[in-house]
Amino acid sequence: MASITMNHIVKKYGDGFPAVNDVSIDVADGEFMILVGPSGCGKSTLLRMIVGLEDITDGDMLIGDKRVNDLAPRERNLAMVFQNYALYPHLSVYENIAFPLRLAGASDKEVDEKVKAAAETLELNEHLQRKPANLSGGQRQRVAMGRAIVRNADAFLFDEPLSNLDAKLRGQMRTEIARLQKRLGITTVYVTHDQIEAMTLGHRVAVLKRGILQQLATPRELYDNPANLFVAGFIGSPPMNFMPATVEGTTLKLPFGEVEIPPEKAQKVAGKGLLIAGIRPESFAEAGAPHARDVSDANTFEATIDVVEWLGNETYAYVPFEAPPEVQRQLEQLEQDLDGDTVRTQLVITLDGASRVSAGDRITIWMDAAKVHLFDPETSENLTVDLDKAGRIPALEGATPAAAAGR
Amino acid sequence: MARSTRRTLLGTWAGFVVILVWCLLPVAWILSLSFKSPEETGAGSPHFLPQTWTLQNYRDILSNDDFLYALRNSFAIAIIATVLSVIFATLAAYAIARLEFRGKRLVLSLALAIAMFPVVSLISPLFDMWRHFHLFNTWPGLIIPYMTFTLPLAIWTLSAFFREIPWEMEQAAQVDGATPWQAFRKVIVPLAAPGVFTAAILTFFFAWNEFALAISLTSTTSARTVPAQMSFFVGSDPFNPPYGQLATASVIVTVPIVIIVLLFQRKIVAGLTSGAVKG
Repeated sequence: MASITMNHIVKKYGDGFPAVNDVSIDVADGEFMILVGPSGCGKSTLLRMIVGLEDITDGDMLIGDKRVNDLAPRERNLAMVFQNYALYPHLSVYENIAFPLRLAGASDKEVDEKVKAAAETLELNEHLQRKPANLSGGQRQRVAMGRAIVRNADAFLFDEPLSNLDAKLRGQMRTEIARLQKRLGITTVYVTHDQIEAMTLGHRVAVLKRGILQQLATPRELYDNPANLFVAGFIGSPPMNFMPATVEGTTLKLPFGEVEIPPEKAQKVAGKGLLIAGIRPESFAEAGAPHARDVSDANTFEATIDVVEWLGNETYAYVPFEAPPEVQRQLEQLEQDLDGDTVRTQLVITLDGASRVSAGDRITIWMDAAKVHLFDPETSENLTVDLDKAGRIPALEGATPAAAAGR
Repeated sequence: MARSTRRTLLGTWAGFVVILVWCLLPVAWILSLSFKSPEETGAGSPHFLPQTWTLQNYRDILSNDDFLYALRNSFAIAIIATVLSVIFATLAAYAIARLEFRGKRLVLSLALAIAMFPVVSLISPLFDMWRHFHLFNTWPGLIIPYMTFTLPLAIWTLSAFFREIPWEMEQAAQVDGATPWQAFRKVIVPLAAPGVFTAAILTFFFAWNEFALAISLTSTTSARTVPAQMSFFVGSDPFNPPYGQLATASVIVTVPIVIIVLLFQRKIVAGLTSGAVKG
C-alpha cells in the first residue's frame, strides 16, 4: 500500500514532442484514480512512467515517499494489467498467476496457498491447469488480474483492461474490478478512454488532453463543473449541447429563444460578447406534457424536432441550428479533440420515455437555465465554473486567487 | 459438386504419390542396396530387391574403426556447431529484433551476404589459415566455418520469430519482478522455441551433410566426418567400388537425421503464441 505522487511529470520523445506535459497528480493511499482522455492524450504513457516501462524526461515520480524515477520496473513493486492481458502462453493458468511469486523465490507451499486464494477470488479454480489459449476473453482478463492480486504490490495499474471485451462482459468486469478494489483497498490507477468506466469506477478522475491535465476531480464535480469545453464535451452521454449565446443583463440569448439565467452567472460573463453555452440534454424537458418534470412557464421556447430516437426509458430528440463561424470553428476543433467526426450543429434533448413526440413535431421545450455553463469561445474555458466544486483545474492555478475568483 | 470433389481428391492423391515416389525412391534404393551382397551389386543387371538378404554390410561397417571415428567426429562437430550457433544466433536475433542501434541494417545485410557466399571459394584460404593457426585437421577447424555459414540463416529465422512476440510479454514479466535476463530466459526463449528448433535443425543438417570443407580441412580420422570418410571407401578394385558398403554407411548416417526430424517436429508447434494476447 502506498500513495503515488506525480510532480510536474514531462515525457518528451526523440522528436521533442511532449506526450505528457507538466502533469501533477497525487493518488492517495487506497484511492481509485482514473486517467481518461481520447487516444493520444498521454494517459497510457503516464501509466507506463509510473510502472517504469517508460523513462521520465522531467519531474519526480514518488511511490510512498520514495523517488522512483531511476528504478527498474521490478524494483517498484507495482502490479499491472495490460490491455492485451500479456499472459504467458507457454504456462498454465496456475503458473501464470504464480509467475511473480516464483520470481520472488517463494516456497512451493506459499505459492500454492496464494495462487489458490487468488483463483478463489476470481473464480478461476476450474481453469487452473488450462493454457491461456483455451480461455475466453473474460477468463483471460481474470487471469491477468490474478497475476496482479497474487502479489503484495503497493498499487494496481490497469491499462484499458476492458477494451477488448464485448459490451456485456465489459459491464460485468467493470463491477468486478470495482468490487475487488473496494475489498482489497489498494491504491489503483486505471487508464481508459471510456467515460462510463471513468465515471463509475473512480474516486477521482484526471482528464487529459494532448498530454496536459485538464481537470482532476470527482466524477460528480466533473459532470457538474467542467473546467472547459473539452471536459464538458468528454464527460456525459449523450454529450453536452454547445450553442452560440450572448448575455444581456440576466437574459441569455440562444438560437432558439431567450432564457433568464441566475444573476451570479450573468455577472461572471458580463461584457464578454459572444459566448458558447453548454447545456446537458437532460436539462431540457417537454413543457406542458403530463409526464413533464417540475417545469415553470418561464424559460421555454418552441422548436421543430428533426429526428427522434426512442430508447424505451428515455427519448433523444434532435433539433438542428445554425452557428456563427467563430463558434463553428471552436466546435469543430472540439470534435477533433474528442476523436469525433465533424457533425452538424444540433441540440440533443433527453425527453421522457413516455413522450409521444415524433419527427417534424413543433413542441414547447423548457430549459433548466440555472444549469447552463458559459464558455469563452477563444480560450474554451468555463467562465461560470464553481471553483469550490470543481476539484483541481491546473490551467487556473497559475493565476492569482483574486483573478481566479474574479472569473 | 460431389463429382468434382471426388476428382479433386483423386488429383490430390495422385500428386502425393508422385511426390512420395520422387522423394523416397532413392532412399528405398539405398536401403535395398545395403542388404545386398557384393556379388549381387557387381552383377550386370540389378534387381530392385535383394535376391538374398544379408546383414554382412552392416557387420562390416560397424566393425570398421575408421567409420566409427568418423561417426564420432560427425556427431561431436555437428552438435557443438549447432549448440554454439543457436546460442549466438538467439542473442544476436534478440538484439536485432528488440533494440534500435546504428548499423542494424548493415549487420543484417552482411549476414545475408555471408550466407550467399560460395563455400568452395573459401576452401583454399581457410586451408592456409588453419595450417598457420594449428586448426587444420581439428574439430574447431570445422566447427568455426560451419558456424559462420549457418549463423546468418539462424539469425534471420530467429529474429523473425522474436519480432512476432509481443513486447508486452516482456514488459509484463519485468513488472512481475523479472530482471531483463529472467524475462528473456523464462518468457521470450520459451515462446521462440519453434524458431530455436528450426534454427537448430538447419544448422545440424548443414554440419552433418557438409562435404567440401570436411574433405579439405582434414587429413586423418581424428577430425574427418562421415561424408568425407565415405569418399575413402573405394575398396581394392577401383572399377568395382563397394556399393553395398557405401549404401550401408548412407543408411546409418541418415537414421539420426530422421530421428531428429521426428523428435523436433513435435516441438515445432505452430501458433504457440496464440492466446498470449487477445484471441
